[in-house]
Amino acid sequence: MTDATALDELKEQPGGNLRFYGIWLIAAAALIVLPLVFSSGSSLTSFNLIGIAIIFALSYNILLGQTGLLSFGHAVHYGLGGFLAVHVMNAVANYNWPLPLPFIPLVGGVGGLAFAILVGWVMTKRAGTVFAMISLGIGELVASSSLILRSVFGGESGITTDRTALPHMFGWTFGPQRQVYYLIAFWVLVSAIAMYALTRTPLGRICNAVRDNPERVEFIGYDPHVVRYFAYGFAGFFAGIAGGLTAINFEIANSAYLGATQSGIVLFAAFIGGTAYFFGPILGAILVTYLQLGLTNITTVWQLYFGIIFIGIVMFAPGGIAGLLMMHRPLVRAGSWPVVIPSYLLAALPTLVFALGIILSIETVAHYTASEGEGNIINLFGVPFDATAPTTWAVAALLVVGGFLIARLTWRRVADAWDRAATVARDRGYLA
Amino acid sequence: MSAAIEIKDVQKRFGNVSIIRDLNLSVAKGERHAIIGPNGAGKSTTFNLISGYIKPSAGEIRLNGDAISGLRPFEINRRGLSRSFQVTNVFARMTVLENVRCAVLWATGHGYAFWKNVDHLPEVKRRTDRILDDIHLGHRRDVPAGLLTYAEQRELEIGITIAGGASVIMLDEPTAGMSLAETERAVALIRRLTEGRTLVIVEHDMSVVFGLADRISVLVYGQIIASGTPEEIRANRQVKEAYLGEEAH
Repeated sequence: MTDATALDELKEQPGGNLRFYGIWLIAAAALIVLPLVFSSGSSLTSFNLIGIAIIFALSYNILLGQTGLLSFGHAVHYGLGGFLAVHVMNAVANYNWPLPLPFIPLVGGVGGLAFAILVGWVMTKRAGTVFAMISLGIGELVASSSLILRSVFGGESGITTDRTALPHMFGWTFGPQRQVYYLIAFWVLVSAIAMYALTRTPLGRICNAVRDNPERVEFIGYDPHVVRYFAYGFAGFFAGIAGGLTAINFEIANSAYLGATQSGIVLFAAFIGGTAYFFGPILGAILVTYLQLGLTNITTVWQLYFGIIFIGIVMFAPGGIAGLLMMHRPLVRAGSWPVVIPSYLLAALPTLVFALGIILSIETVAHYTASEGEGNIINLFGVPFDATAPTTWAVAALLVVGGFLIARLTWRRVADAWDRAATVARDRGYLA
Repeated sequence: MSAAIEIKDVQKRFGNVSIIRDLNLSVAKGERHAIIGPNGAGKSTTFNLISGYIKPSAGEIRLNGDAISGLRPFEINRRGLSRSFQVTNVFARMTVLENVRCAVLWATGHGYAFWKNVDHLPEVKRRTDRILDDIHLGHRRDVPAGLLTYAEQRELEIGITIAGGASVIMLDEPTAGMSLAETERAVALIRRLTEGRTLVIVEHDMSVVFGLADRISVLVYGQIIASGTPEEIRANRQVKEAYLGEEAH
């Protein structure tokens, strides 16, 4: 019996390690290959922003997903990290310090960490609403200070820097965008591995315990205040790294980096991606960055779509995208997943029609009211609509109402198919 | 040798309401001590006072001779006292294994370590596995605690309480809401797991109390009215009147 378990462990260990390191090796390979496949300037720009957003969202999830702290001011650490990075970059260039550019994100991290150490002790005394309110207050405080203290924050224009003026490394000037991409990719990988490793430490586990039940934690020997303080420090550190990378990417730091909008977007990304799983915020960061880049080009009311997506996720999929994906894991294990696929395909079409109807309605109203003189023609996926024409309004209404009525029937079929598949999974012991 | 727990003239008032009035109690080391009393007598408040969950308004509480009144719960826990809760109080989203493991971490000296892999700590793994076996939840180790049955959650509650290896264990109605068979199993479990330690237990089920306890204290309206062996308590007239409701007035 004992021998058998020992043997199992032996067999399990290398396999588990292989799977563990395998994921990171694949991620590293993907990050290396990506700019070779998509080499245009605009895709590199997107990748750089996504990489930074991934670090930032993962750092936020140390608070929200791991420790149960809802912060409305996380961008403070990101922004201050960015400002410190810019100042140090300028100092390095002016005084010829021997600090190459690739180490600058670490400077940003130190900036984020330093501020977390400074304000964190008071902030993390309490969790819940108290913490959320204080984080909001600190966020506003720092954001408004940044406009007052002009010598440090550069007022509204911000502080600029030149990343190529720093000592070079391996002959890289970091002028070309691709070199910046690899610098960001390197820090994405290192930060993600470090933050994942953090979840596997005694502190990481106790953070989860504090999230679930801070009261009980006190009776197993831990001070939840100290646990939250540690978590806050780590979150500030990695947010600072993201801020440092942003400073390198744009060669500027300004007050927008530490404002409420930035804090809102990171919350949004982490929540949409799913805070219950480590990889959730990664998905959220990718999606939100693409939405930000894509939607702002297409529509003037892109923030409205953000709001609708956010409300939809909160109401119908509180686990986020990661939660939706991981719901299927027991079905896949039990082999009952093919039961749900046809119902998904069936539901896809009317749901899409419904969504198109809503988009058309929003755009019609937006063009009808806001864009005076710019023409009232809406271009929806290549099809032109006139916002002032009654037929457009009728089509929009038809799509919304008709789409919804039919979609609702197919949603029921999804629920039924899901029940059947889940029952099988339960019978086979893959679902509690 | 000093007592495991020594309570001297402890009072607890909420505003003008006195919940605990001049509480005096002594629990010897290695003793299994039950606290009984009618609803609202202050049994849970007594537990909360000893474990640091609430602070006494007056008086002194000593653990193994050291004053602990006014200390925070984690400080008292680190000095070797661990308690369970009447209402199940586990880490619902974490697995059974992680629940127990978290309770082992401080006692094994890993504190707030963020440089160690929690899966590669042999002593933690050994102790966690043993406790999972002890509470018969080894086969449920990967299930989130929130999905356990009620009786299983109660067993996990006991597991978390004893995991740190505290010398004084306090259990607040560990068998509340359990079926007869489950109660028997739980009592056997408690008896085995608290071997060689001091146990203080609040319990309503008299068969559990008289079967398990070396000594019993009766708490009525915030005061201990009697303390003694099960035989002494059974024979005590005052206890019969107050506790069994055979009052004269």
